[in-house]
Amino acid sequence: MTVHLSTAAAAGLIGCSGCHLVCRAPRSGDGGYCPRCGARLHRRKPDSLARTWALTLAALIVYVPANVLPVTLTASLGVSQADTIFSGVVYFMKTGAWFVALVIFTASVVIPLLKLVALTFLLVSVQRRFRGHLLERARLYRITEAVGRWSMVDVFVITILVALVKLGVVAQMEAGPGAVFFGAVVVLTMLAARSFDPRLIWDAAERAHE
Amino acid sequence: MTTDSAILGVEAMIACPECDLLHRRRALPEGGSACCRRCGARLYTLRRNSLNRSLALTLTGAILFLISFSFPFLAIKAEGLMEETTLLSGVNTLYLQGWPALAALVGFTTVMVPIFQLASLLYVLVPLKLGRRPRFLASVFRLARTLHPWQMLEVFLIGILVAMVKLTKMATIVPGVAVFAFAALILVLAAIGTTLEPQLIWERLEVKH
Repeated sequence: MTVHLSTAAAAGLIGCSGCHLVCRAPRSGDGGYCPRCGARLHRRKPDSLARTWALTLAALIVYVPANVLPVTLTASLGVSQADTIFSGVVYFMKTGAWFVALVIFTASVVIPLLKLVALTFLLVSVQRRFRGHLLERARLYRITEAVGRWSMVDVFVITILVALVKLGVVAQMEAGPGAVFFGAVVVLTMLAARSFDPRLIWDAAERAHE
Repeated sequence: MTTDSAILGVEAMIACPECDLLHRRRALPEGGSACCRRCGARLYTLRRNSLNRSLALTLTGAILFLISFSFPFLAIKAEGLMEETTLLSGVNTLYLQGWPALAALVGFTTVMVPIFQLASLLYVLVPLKLGRRPRFLASVFRLARTLHPWQMLEVFLIGILVAMVKLTKMATIVPGVAVFAFAALILVLAAIGTTLEPQLIWERLEVKH
């Protein structure tokens, strides 16, 4: 039995992005709808590199105010205090809650930063037609796409804190502008990861074999 | 039989969603998964009794969601004052403090998407179980799959735990009924994730043409 490794695109076919049905590609290349689930058919995600670059750069810009501006403003017995994402981590470290500090640090600082670095690396590697480490890059993409949502932890912590801490004169807590920017970072990096097409990693290797 | 993609019917094939490599569909043993031979992405799985189990879990999830949605999940006590919070009151507070975008993001990921996910699964699974095909089934199920990563209840649960640790220093925290319903809901949602096989739903759709 001869098993030749052929991609759907090379065989004039399109794997539907919605339900994975293999469809015959229209003569024009792209376009048309999946007969089973109705999704638009694309050989590759449309304008994948341009969209991913735009969203990644936008996330990088928003990352700055997200970390510099306060995410919560606390007023307790006349003393007011502004906290950033990082000072929240420091607070947990000081009070001895090391595990919580580690969780927040990973979710809010490490993951968004690693996501931006990983996406930039994947974009550059595809554009420069790297042929090595295909499997590793495929895995890197899979991880990047999967972990992004966990960065929302801090936004949820802020939501719960501001809802709970409004005990009149005792203490009052409000969300700060940093929280909005931080939410934007999470949304933008999630959208960036979604708009990247991992099939492009393999396309470069394919062209090398021709 | 030939492996030539031009002769082999396209119905018998699946293209890897992550690297586009064509594979011939093969029968799997129960509980087995088919993975891409080039990049290792999971292609499809044969789950045991997938439809019935998913339906049962979805109904359980809907009940748990109603409970965690209606009751306060945390209460705080300090200096004789008490404040309770529900899922919606957090969203409402953010909105009142002048952060509508943030309120929308939290409401979307913890209320709207989870409700849509559970409702759409019932909309798809109940009629399939009865051998019917509701209108817009394909569109509804496709939208549910697209929104899947935006359902962030399990991340919210971690948020609750972190907030509890933070507040125990300044006040007494009382976990409410909703927290337990919530924790159970996360387990049920995770179980739905491992019993529901989207490929099975799509195949059912095809048969009924």
